[in-house]
Amino acid sequence: MKRSSWTDYQKDIADDNYYYARSCIRQNFFPGSEKAFLNILSKDLGRNIFDDPLHTSCTGIGYHSDIVPLPTIMTVVARQFSLMAEAGYENFTSSCITSFGIYTELLNTWEEFPELEEQTREALYKATGREFAKPKNLAHTSDVIFHHREEIARKAKHRLVNAHTGEPLRVVEHIGCHYAKIFPKSGIGGSEFPYVLAGMVEEWGGEVVDYPERRHCCGFGFRNYLVQANRGYSIANSHKKLESMSPYRPDFIVTNCPGCSMFLDKWQYTIAEMEGTTYGQNGCGIPVLTYEEMAGLVLGYDPWELGMQMHQVDVEPLLGKMGIEYDPSAKYLGRNGKYIGCPESAIVNSRAKETLYKIKR
Amino acid sequence: MEDVRLKEGLKACMNCGVCTAVCPAAAFYNYDPRQMISIVQTRDDEAIEALLKSDTIWYCGECMSCRPRCPRGNTPGYVIQALRTLSQKLGFFVESEKGRQQLAIKRTIGDNILRTGYCLTPKAIRPDMHPEQGTVWKWILDNDKEIFGQFSDSYGKEGAGALRKVSDATLEEIHRIFDITGGTEFFNAIESHSDRKAREMGYNGADEEYFRDVYTHNSNEHY
Repeated sequence: MKRSSWTDYQKDIADDNYYYARSCIRQNFFPGSEKAFLNILSKDLGRNIFDDPLHTSCTGIGYHSDIVPLPTIMTVVARQFSLMAEAGYENFTSSCITSFGIYTELLNTWEEFPELEEQTREALYKATGREFAKPKNLAHTSDVIFHHREEIARKAKHRLVNAHTGEPLRVVEHIGCHYAKIFPKSGIGGSEFPYVLAGMVEEWGGEVVDYPERRHCCGFGFRNYLVQANRGYSIANSHKKLESMSPYRPDFIVTNCPGCSMFLDKWQYTIAEMEGTTYGQNGCGIPVLTYEEMAGLVLGYDPWELGMQMHQVDVEPLLGKMGIEYDPSAKYLGRNGKYIGCPESAIVNSRAKETLYKIKR
Repeated sequence: MEDVRLKEGLKACMNCGVCTAVCPAAAFYNYDPRQMISIVQTRDDEAIEALLKSDTIWYCGECMSCRPRCPRGNTPGYVIQALRTLSQKLGFFVESEKGRQQLAIKRTIGDNILRTGYCLTPKAIRPDMHPEQGTVWKWILDNDKEIFGQFSDSYGKEGAGALRKVSDATLEEIHRIFDITGGTEFFNAIESHSDRKAREMGYNGADEEYFRDVYTHNSNEHY
């Protein structure tokens, strides 16, 4: 397989003027990443992006757990497109991989079955009095960062390099199934030659780890996580990936999809609590980053402003490797700078918090 | 069955089994998408009805890993979506342990969409239902305003930002969409078929006890 195979899977990504749709999972688990994305676009890159309070969930988790019917989700998505047009935008960017997969699928479905687009137009109008225009450009938010990766590199305060050895950091990237498995031509590099995250990692000085289960699902499996009785499926598939990547000693994992970030982080905790197994170096877990967090660290954002205190697996070992200066005791401060207590220790974490943060009590 | 996902997902399968080789559900469960497609392809109504009443159609995680790898351009995951829709419309889903779980999904994700405009919200991810979320998530929930408030000026309030409150006017639009497109009817069908089955199984209808049981029970006969 040629190393440049990803170049066969290209797409147009708008350069400016984005309508931003938030993600149910990302805003719950990584709200700092969504904030960072907006700041990077508007403040660091000087681009225009609109954060609309009127949009809702695309209902995609309900659709892929089969409780939301196809005509319903088509009409909810049509409403999002209607809001985009109403706000004067043509470039839609979604913070969620599940949503991105759905938008891609529905635009293709309407192309293939124009009668369904017509029925959706009628349903939307009947329900809300709205009409909609399809976006001229559809991108996942990681596509947008990928598009601007060279400009970010030019403004970099840190590189994905071990500050102590000068060696590139070893990075596992995970693009998430619905980014490109549904419509490979809609993702940079398609599903077989993932490059959207790899392109950022390489541009910012890191080295991508190629490992056997690189393309395997993180284990979300929708109903297989949502229902407690089925979670064995979810943890077993994350376990398969972690076992496969561990021998390559990655410095961190970066993921495209907010669900994948959360699962690869939380299932490391669960595996450690159940079996005592940890996959990172020095007996800790492998830090799992969103691409916004990765870009934010490169641009010099404070890790706690990025929300990295919300991860179960501690990120401090990575911050140390990158030579990032930060205040360790600020990790557990509330919005007004007051200490709010810290989480209970867990096997997967890198140090005993009781010792480190006692000084703040 | 009039479902575009069936039209798009199944042309002519040659039973090569690549879908099964890459399938995360097949790696975990006694599940074989190749065999499932084979049954659908027979157009044998009796066999398809048995499939709709079985656990088999509920194992797939809809990751769609099967889609890019199929040499014939089929998508077993799309076929699963069509079968699951039909199984719920006909009330067959309550005949299997995994199928009955649809009530739990409707009452968590489904009700959350109608109540909040989001599939999930922090308070819905309760530590007792999600012990795997770990110690940091518990800390976040215990200090939600302090933590989410650092990343959003609109946490729980109207306005732009993460975890903002979706306005009543917007929620009304979503409810109308559900009413007009069959979403509400679909939710009601899940509830009513579940209630019927719950009574048949000796519960007082699809009550909290039935919900808890379908959410947590695993017979361990799926592997």
